[in-house]
Amino acid sequence: MTRLNARIPEGPVASKWTAYKSASRLVNPNNKRKLDIIVVGTGLAGASAAASLGELGYRVKVFCYQDSPRRAHSIAAQGGINAAKNYPNDGDSAYRLFYDTIKGGDYRAREANVYRLAEVSNQIIDLCVAQGVPFAREYGGLLANRSFGGAQVSRTFYARGQTGQQLLLGAYSALSRQIALGNVTLFNRRDVLDTVLVEGRARGIITRNLVTGEIERHAAHAVVLASGGYGNVFFLSTNAMGSNVTPAWSAYKKGAMFANPSFTQIHPTCIPVHGDTQSKLTLMSESLRNDGRIWVPKKVKDVEKLRNQSIKPADIPEEDRDYYLERRYPAFGNLVPRDVASRAAKERCDAGFGVGRTGVAVFLDFADAIKRKGHDTIDALYGNLFQMYEQIVAENPYETPMMIYPAVHYTMGGLWVDYELMTTIQGLFAIGECNFSDHGANRLGASALMQGLADGYFVLPYTIGNYLAAEIHTPRFDTSSSEFTIAAQAVTDRLQQIKNCGGKESVDHFHRRLGKIMWEYCGMARNDAGLTEALYQLTELRHEYARGVRIPGGLDEYNPELEKACRVADFIELGELMVRDAQQRAESCGGHFREEHQTSEGEALRNDDKFAFVAAWEYKGREVSATLHREELQFNEIKLSQRSYK
Amino acid sequence: MKFTLKIWRQKNATAKGEMISYDVAGISPDSSFFEMLDTLNQNLVMTGGEPVAFDHDCREGICGTCSLYINGRPHGPVKGVTTCQLHMRSFVDGDTIHIEPWRAKAFPVIRDLVVDRSAFDKIIQAGGYVSVNTGGVPDANTIPVPKEKSEAAMDAAACIGCGACVAACSNAAAMLFIGAKVSHLALLPQGKVEAAMRVQKMVACLDELGFGLCSNTYACEAECPKGISVANIARMNRQFIGAKLFSEKEKTVRDSL
Repeated sequence: MTRLNARIPEGPVASKWTAYKSASRLVNPNNKRKLDIIVVGTGLAGASAAASLGELGYRVKVFCYQDSPRRAHSIAAQGGINAAKNYPNDGDSAYRLFYDTIKGGDYRAREANVYRLAEVSNQIIDLCVAQGVPFAREYGGLLANRSFGGAQVSRTFYARGQTGQQLLLGAYSALSRQIALGNVTLFNRRDVLDTVLVEGRARGIITRNLVTGEIERHAAHAVVLASGGYGNVFFLSTNAMGSNVTPAWSAYKKGAMFANPSFTQIHPTCIPVHGDTQSKLTLMSESLRNDGRIWVPKKVKDVEKLRNQSIKPADIPEEDRDYYLERRYPAFGNLVPRDVASRAAKERCDAGFGVGRTGVAVFLDFADAIKRKGHDTIDALYGNLFQMYEQIVAENPYETPMMIYPAVHYTMGGLWVDYELMTTIQGLFAIGECNFSDHGANRLGASALMQGLADGYFVLPYTIGNYLAAEIHTPRFDTSSSEFTIAAQAVTDRLQQIKNCGGKESVDHFHRRLGKIMWEYCGMARNDAGLTEALYQLTELRHEYARGVRIPGGLDEYNPELEKACRVADFIELGELMVRDAQQRAESCGGHFREEHQTSEGEALRNDDKFAFVAAWEYKGREVSATLHREELQFNEIKLSQRSYK
Repeated sequence: MKFTLKIWRQKNATAKGEMISYDVAGISPDSSFFEMLDTLNQNLVMTGGEPVAFDHDCREGICGTCSLYINGRPHGPVKGVTTCQLHMRSFVDGDTIHIEPWRAKAFPVIRDLVVDRSAFDKIIQAGGYVSVNTGGVPDANTIPVPKEKSEAAMDAAACIGCGACVAACSNAAAMLFIGAKVSHLALLPQGKVEAAMRVQKMVACLDELGFGLCSNTYACEAECPKGISVANIARMNRQFIGAKLFSEKEKTVRDSL
């Protein structure tokens, strides 16, 4: 139990970070040059960290599976980034952003980390503007804000519907500058397949060059994982096709604990599934809920008429529409947090009021907003999203309401980290979506970008220095040492085993089956019996996979099926851990909804006496259950209460 | 729907490639182009063949990973969309579809339809940034930026770096790509400070990376999935000439001292 010490600084929450920075150890510039850092991933967290560490003078190696660091999936974030600037003068503050984030996360996040996040949020906006990020502006030339789910202030900065793209390109440009200066070395088209420990500390990684198939060894004084989330465990998600858990999972198997794996965000506004060959889901930004009104018909006969296309949505009169979010949550209306909006959509569809061909969709209607604000204003705000929708669905949202349904979007769980963002392996840090730290059981919109950049630009550069200050006498590592040789051999053996198992089914076949199990039993609603069933099915699936997958091509060439095969093997194991985590947490909180635990109105019912803790899992072997460790959450600033958006 | 696909197959960078014909059937018109290729690949895996390698990742038109010449056009027949956002309803049942990788000296083929676009990263590394470090920057609202400038910068910054502009150009020039970045930063006060140096550094690396000269055909704009305007090239040219004049003038001043 002593291993789970979050090492939160003493003192009031508002001064912890300042106190930490004042007391943390520094590394002088001459010594920084002698210290190597590996950064895995080039999304907002990885790119911002690699760039900032390079600027400080460390020798950085950065890795990505994509052909270019600019393509990491942060690029697809649409709506915006939160910061407590209070430019609109509507009462915002660091404290309020902190409060909203803790509450939005349904009181399952660590106060100290979240306060720090809120505290550094303003610096992010300053830096991004200085980098040339073209945020939206008002006519006076100052920055514009919009509102987002889970908040009553407007604190979201945005660049049309492409905020993630612009922020990532900002971080990518800073990274590119450091690459040109020789402070950072880029390794693209690499899969990171293992973490190497020397005397209990993270000292390197094993990678596969995706073009040549070569297994490579890289050593450093510290390793930073910024490898993103694991939503693709559901097969269908809004993640990129290549998004995977493998670097984090390899660290988990080497001793880094995995926290709250079952905390998954199901985003309410995605384009519904079209059919069996669907490969991924597309998000429609939450910002659309600022102006779009969500509804389904009140009458089942209208539902039927819509389905057989004898009427159009616009034919249904106002009084026969159920604006169910406005009805159930008058205070927040269409801007309730994501978990609440998703469950409400599921509730209506399960009750038989879903629209579209499949009956698994609800309307997001802009007719009122277009009338009120005009076509041009709506176009300026959401034009690219409308275009994207039209391209995918072949319907024009200016003329007929969009159809949306929830989809897996973000994973709040991840590697357990302490206040310094260090995992339970010394010298192994985890930042961005791949750690568990700031969003509790539900993430608020526009907070992922904030967290990724906070970790990379403003937190890790300090905390890693505190660790590396004790490493200045450690010479550079030799990758021909036995630790690296053993790890590299294990990776090669594993690839050969997968390749030679002689099965008959494709990787995707198994991945789809995995996704169905997870969505059915560990998705928007979970219950004990279902989770038990899932565990049984997942164990079967894992065994079938080990002998049943077919991988064409060779190990020493560009081989996308082989890449997928490793990722899916890890996803299947992760699925089991998610189910175990969901099963032990006999309460509902945020995105984790246990059907046995709900209020009479169908809202999530927490059990703070028993479950106000972070569940951190320790790997014990493939056939042995992981061990659960608890980090009790202390709430000193915020009083726990039933979350209400009514 | 069913289709005949003629696809460029090439084992690796040095192998000789060729067009191979495949048939796919049972494709939904709502399927994306890549879901159609997924179906083909599943069939190939199940029948002991090797799946077709192609670049793709976000499948929502923003990461810029996907490419493909489809029937001779970068990103296929529909204007303003990337290949991953192309749907089979844009084709006629029974069509024969030709699928090739980007063809440009600066983008060598890695395998089948996958090309190496690291030349684009090198262009950005040459100067596609504002030289500020993390920390020590002024408050975000210290420098007002006229809305129209900011909007124009955003128009240029929307580039996804897919390389369609290079693939479309008869000279395989990267002028639209560079023009977009130069414009994006030069339009903003934050980027203006080093604009003259930036444009020169970025243009200077084009030759060695294997890009050609601007063909002035505007094919890049026509095929850009994000509608980046050739006005950005004009803006870059002005920047470039201005920078050259400025440095000449500086030299003259220096020489006269």
